[in-house]
Amino acid sequence: MADKTELEEIKKGRETWEKGPLNKALSRFGERKKKFTSISGTPVNRIYTPEDTATLRYQTDLGFPGNYPYTRGVQPTMYRGRFWTMRQYAGFGSAAETNARYRYLLEKGQTGLSVAFDLPTQAGYDSDHALSMGEVGKVGVAIDSIDDMRVLFDRIPLDKVTTSMTINAPATILLGMYLALAEAQNVSWDKVGGTVQNDVLKEIICRGQYIYPPGPTMRLTVDLIEFCQKHVPRWNTISISGYHIRESGSTAAQEIAFTIADGIAYAKACVDRGMDVDQFAGRLSFFFNAFTNVLEEAAKFRAARRVWAKVMKERFGAKNPRAMMLRYHVQTGGVTLTAQQPLNNIVRVGLQAYAASLGGCQSLHTNSYDEALCLPTEEAVTVALRTQQIVAEESGSTDTIDPLAGSYYVESMTDQIEADVNEYIEKIDARGGTLQAIEEGYIQKEIQNSAYRFQKEIESGERAYVGINKYQMEEPPPENLLRIDMSVGEKETEKLKALRAERNPDAWQAALGHLREVTKSGDNVMPAVIEAVKARATVGEICDVWREIFGEYRPKEFV
Amino acid sequence: MAKKKLKIIVAKPGLDGHDRGAKLLCRIFAEAGMEVVYTGLRQTPEMIVEAALQEDADVVGLSSLSGVHNYFFPRVVSLLKEKDMADVLVVGGGIIPDEDVSSLKAAGVAEIFGPGTRTDEIVQYIEGNVAG
Repeated sequence: MADKTELEEIKKGRETWEKGPLNKALSRFGERKKKFTSISGTPVNRIYTPEDTATLRYQTDLGFPGNYPYTRGVQPTMYRGRFWTMRQYAGFGSAAETNARYRYLLEKGQTGLSVAFDLPTQAGYDSDHALSMGEVGKVGVAIDSIDDMRVLFDRIPLDKVTTSMTINAPATILLGMYLALAEAQNVSWDKVGGTVQNDVLKEIICRGQYIYPPGPTMRLTVDLIEFCQKHVPRWNTISISGYHIRESGSTAAQEIAFTIADGIAYAKACVDRGMDVDQFAGRLSFFFNAFTNVLEEAAKFRAARRVWAKVMKERFGAKNPRAMMLRYHVQTGGVTLTAQQPLNNIVRVGLQAYAASLGGCQSLHTNSYDEALCLPTEEAVTVALRTQQIVAEESGSTDTIDPLAGSYYVESMTDQIEADVNEYIEKIDARGGTLQAIEEGYIQKEIQNSAYRFQKEIESGERAYVGINKYQMEEPPPENLLRIDMSVGEKETEKLKALRAERNPDAWQAALGHLREVTKSGDNVMPAVIEAVKARATVGEICDVWREIFGEYRPKEFV
Repeated sequence: MAKKKLKIIVAKPGLDGHDRGAKLLCRIFAEAGMEVVYTGLRQTPEMIVEAALQEDADVVGLSSLSGVHNYFFPRVVSLLKEKDMADVLVVGGGIIPDEDVSSLKAAGVAEIFGPGTRTDEIVQYIEGNVAG
């Protein structure tokens, strides 16, 4: 952003510096490495100067917070107004145990809930299904029916908290239960706020909790978006997720590129349904990772906002500013945590949370230091929550908006990531779009190649990882790990047996029959889903109705 | 005589979707000269053992990050025994607490590789311990 005369001066200055002091220092001491790269493998220059940001135009490329293209943030006051929502992902065992953890977290100053469901719930199986054996209540809470959901939110008023639910293929069912519960609490739907992940494409790409083939599963996703737009206006209808893409090994730019490619596919599906982009797009939300490389991560978030704003404006013709704003949740990088010297993870999480704050996230989950060993203990969860509270209250990153703007390095990296993302989006377009690129395994293979490169760098020692390939030490086996009671599965099975005996069989059968008809007719399934959960149909039973109609997805493996 | 190529089944038991490690190891094993069959996700012990039988595998590698190893790993070992395939080397990896390792080994899992293990260490272990 320097003028021409100044740039020439800087160029001369740089050349003098290079020939003089730099050259002298290099010939005497050299540098630590031949090549410096970010954790994503992007080359990092020795120094960045105004020459690197010469093409940057403040008003068009950065603008002001709350203004297009939102590089500096989506709100005019950002954290000077209020901090991000501190939202710790939690859930294990039974609904009653998880309810106790939620009330503990709310008491400790957490400001929103985030439900982790166990794998049977996520894959649409009841707790007594053969494939659920050993998995019930393990990585999240077991929810089979609205009875469990009622226990999960016991003494938690649904008009006072916002709830994020990590649920994808069965998202319509869990949201249906939540809405039925709100009704029972006398909270009208326009007062409930929260998010469902509802991002089935990344399940197929990398997370593995898919049920139906891409077409039908996308239909359920769009049904939910359409229903909420009309009836649950404060609900974030999808959380388009790069988090798991990054966890699977992608680079920072790939994380953004493939997430935005998914976002384009969802937006297009909604437009094809006849929905108005200016009405639905404001409720599309995103979910990203934060790794330890603070500056690259902050640049990544800034680039993501700029790319999405342009996509919505230029590709989808959005006019409503809200429709162009990329609002997102961040979780610190689970895969960056080490089982070795686990307390070091607190520092990693601290840096990652700092990156998220510098990047301008809307909500944040900080991981617990013991997560490479087990599900987090209460002590570890408290440290994790305190970590983000320290970042918010003490680091100063929240006192001024987008504090890294204007850094030659950060601006240059923001541009670089944006360019890399756009290149991927062009390649995906050229393949016929996101679904086609997934079907061909293109996206999966790109991610796997990055994971492989990273592993090789670690094993060759080219990239240092504390406790893994450098500064290792002998340590005693870790103690005080959280164990999940193996009997949760049996208890849930008993509860299901009772539920099936007690419920009104006629109402139940009629509700599932109606759901079947509506599904076949192509109408929006949400009202019929709500009716079915009220008739105490289970997650597995509703998913089975759709398994019959849609079939099940069997992925090709690309290894 | 040319050395017979080792054949390894890499499997994800249960509903766990974390397959970064499993897929990465497939590539590493292939580069080390092994013949690799990846089962994909959502495998029951029966499906894994059936694959081992069909493929006449020398090794079964199990990966679990969702805490179900105590349930699944021993079951795979005992089903292999039932099918007269007790000489198949069973190894595991993922998020597996140290305190579970001894009971898994007692159940017949040869070795457990935790997070941060070097991949060449895993390859060496397999090459050094496979039967035949």
